[in-house]
Amino acid sequence: MFNHGTLERHSLLLVAAILVVVAIGGIVEIAPLFYLESTIEKVQGMRPYTPLELAGRKIYIREGCYVCHSQMIRPLRDEVERYGHYSLAAESIYDHPFQWGSKRTGPDLARVGAKYSDEWHRAHLVDPRSVVPESVMPPYRFLENTELSFDAAGELAANRMVGVPYSDDMVASARADLIAQATPDDEGQDAFKKRYPKAEARDFDGDPKRITEMDALVAYLQMLGTLVDFKTYQADAPENRR
Amino acid sequence: MQPTTGTQPASFELVSVPVAFVLFLLLAFVVAAQTPDPLMAIQAWTFVAGIGITLGWFAKRYSEGVPEDDRGAYANDIVKAGVVASMFWGIAGMLVGVVIALQLAFPTLFYFDALPELNFGRLRPLHTSAVIFAFGGNVLLATSFYVVQRTSKARLAFGLWPWFVFWGYQIFILVAGTGYLLGVSQGREYAEPEWYADLWLTLVWVVYLLVFLGTLWKRKEPHIYVANWFYLAFIVTVAMLHIVNNLAVPVSWIGIKSYSAFAGVQDALTQWWYGHNAVGFFLTAGFLAIMYYFIPKQAERPVYSYRLSIVHFWSLIFLYIWAGPHHLHYTALPVWAQTLGMTFSIMLWMPSWGGMINGLMTLSGAWDKLRTDPVLRMLVVSVAFYGMSTFEGPVMSIKAVNSLSHYTDWTIGHVHSGALGWVGFVSFGALYCLTPWLWRRQRLYSLSLVEWHFWVSTIGIVFYITAMWVSGIMQGLMWRAYNEFGFLEYSFVETVEAMHPYYIIRAFGGLLYLSGAFIMVYNLYRTARGDVRESEPLTLKPQLAAA
Amino acid sequence: MDYDTIASFSRSYGTIYLMVLFLALCAYAFWPRNKDKFDRAAQMPLDKDD
Repeated sequence: MFNHGTLERHSLLLVAAILVVVAIGGIVEIAPLFYLESTIEKVQGMRPYTPLELAGRKIYIREGCYVCHSQMIRPLRDEVERYGHYSLAAESIYDHPFQWGSKRTGPDLARVGAKYSDEWHRAHLVDPRSVVPESVMPPYRFLENTELSFDAAGELAANRMVGVPYSDDMVASARADLIAQATPDDEGQDAFKKRYPKAEARDFDGDPKRITEMDALVAYLQMLGTLVDFKTYQADAPENRR
Repeated sequence: MQPTTGTQPASFELVSVPVAFVLFLLLAFVVAAQTPDPLMAIQAWTFVAGIGITLGWFAKRYSEGVPEDDRGAYANDIVKAGVVASMFWGIAGMLVGVVIALQLAFPTLFYFDALPELNFGRLRPLHTSAVIFAFGGNVLLATSFYVVQRTSKARLAFGLWPWFVFWGYQIFILVAGTGYLLGVSQGREYAEPEWYADLWLTLVWVVYLLVFLGTLWKRKEPHIYVANWFYLAFIVTVAMLHIVNNLAVPVSWIGIKSYSAFAGVQDALTQWWYGHNAVGFFLTAGFLAIMYYFIPKQAERPVYSYRLSIVHFWSLIFLYIWAGPHHLHYTALPVWAQTLGMTFSIMLWMPSWGGMINGLMTLSGAWDKLRTDPVLRMLVVSVAFYGMSTFEGPVMSIKAVNSLSHYTDWTIGHVHSGALGWVGFVSFGALYCLTPWLWRRQRLYSLSLVEWHFWVSTIGIVFYITAMWVSGIMQGLMWRAYNEFGFLEYSFVETVEAMHPYYIIRAFGGLLYLSGAFIMVYNLYRTARGDVRESEPLTLKPQLAAA
Repeated sequence: MDYDTIASFSRSYGTIYLMVLFLALCAYAFWPRNKDKFDRAAQMPLDKDD
């Protein structure tokens, strides 16, 4: 008669050994990233997304833009000349999840912000081949007909729970700030600008009567990579060489 | 040693699984009724429908008493169900793959303004999840349940709970897949399902682990066969990866959206630690288990070196887990992590080829079977593809190579040489073995149809991966080309335009591969029905009669 | 924690960890007393079953 207890222990030993062996690699590689200064540093200019930008980012994720567009410029000569300054770790510090991507069926978008006009983005999203005949991108015409549905306060609060430094004020005013950013003559404009300095407020979708998904996505695209001012960022400064 | 004959399942075992499903059905009803989010409502109703189908199936199966299979020495019906599900999801996933390949080749024909559900960004996760998790996952479920029973000489443990794993997994696929079309996504590659689907999968997976372990605990053999080690590593590690990578905070308990617990660099490495080891443990370890059982079985000789298989196992799993950072070369990830990832990726070449040699050399002294047995040939060629892509992988993980290959179609080509050549072929081989064994047929319906499948699909793979090599390397070179004045030679869109012919070739290659899969499904369907092709009577090639 | 600490740690202890693991593994696989067990195990898929 064999002892079932020993057998069971053997298979559990096997499971335990597998777990130990596979856990070590992950722990050694991932855990230091939460403590190393070079990966948790803050860089001047970085701020959390405004509610409208966050709504745009949600649409970006929903439509799977990341499967064709990266948001990570590598420090290689051609990439820096094509897309701009290489991406810093600090620039995705508020990105839950990160959207660095893995494939460039279309160009990198890490610094697409402010490179094209809102009109161009709208035309391009509605019918990509109307502005770029060789494009293989899908059309997103429905964005301009779909009113934005976004629980701004709830979404900001969830982001705060995972570590984005939204203040109580920002969470409470999330809805008002979303409206203000897409409505240039809105009375909440000053309060919005105070909470999100240098954020751009305008009618992104060209339809002043309502706030659509187009507003949100264009607002997000237009701020990508614009927060850090690389005229003043000193890559060689001691605090950036850690 | 002979397997013990199973006994009548206890009434608790008969009742507990349907009761568990009914509880989740009620939960899904509550969510569907309460949620203000229309997408969550659709997802909850999809869940309801999935459980409804499951309960209907249970009712039908047990309406006339306990079926024979529940009392047998081995549970075979669940393996049969896994074979059918593999064929179904395989065709579905590959079909979506052909569609998205056509979208990139002919964007004006295959996009529709009024149907955002069918845009590339939503269909691509559907394709990857369907082929990896739905097709591959069901192949692993079916084969692991088959192999663990045979090598343990014991029936699957815990009564009807294996059926909870099977149906729970199909429900996960249904909810996740329809979710992608609706735009429900976490935005993490190969981990797109949202938090509630992730929780459901975690539950299903824990039951899977327990059923697998429980069967090992009942085994009549002192030693656990090495294929089961690979299955265990696959189940345990995928559980760990899945849980850590999907840590997130939902916006609302009755809404779809969640935000990842990690951000930026930390999130990126967590995701690629997951992503690469989904390749390493789902698409490699699990399918190596298939290699270690089905090749010896079909070749009728033991594995070349059992000792090598042990060295193969441990060195593979302790090296693989480190390789993730090679997906993040030259990014904002610290250089030491990139270097570690590259070093381990290169070291991985050794155990990978050790395993390949072990698989191939199992045929030593029986190489003639490659000529006469197309099923064995499919299995062996899959191992050759495994060797090819596990050589290409380490090469691409070298930073200098990666600076060219990353972000291009070369990566897509590499993935598909592994996915179509290795995972696909080894799965097809296993399905060709399992169908006559399970349905108790002397032989497949037609061996010449297997030949057709083999050649059509192999030619499809060659078209696919050569097109992607050329387009990937060309695009990488075009991106970094400078003209005589020191300016970038090509605009981005010029490189997109240059891809066009290769995208057409790729779609054609994918179509061939899909056609091969259709041939297989037809052949297996006729086999299960008990047909034998008239032009190939059973007496024609007696040495090929399935075991 | 900085780069140098991690780099030197992984160069020294990391190498030792991997070497020890690998040697232990080879010892287990090639230990003479395990030979019979493994030879028997290799036959397991070929056992008659249905």
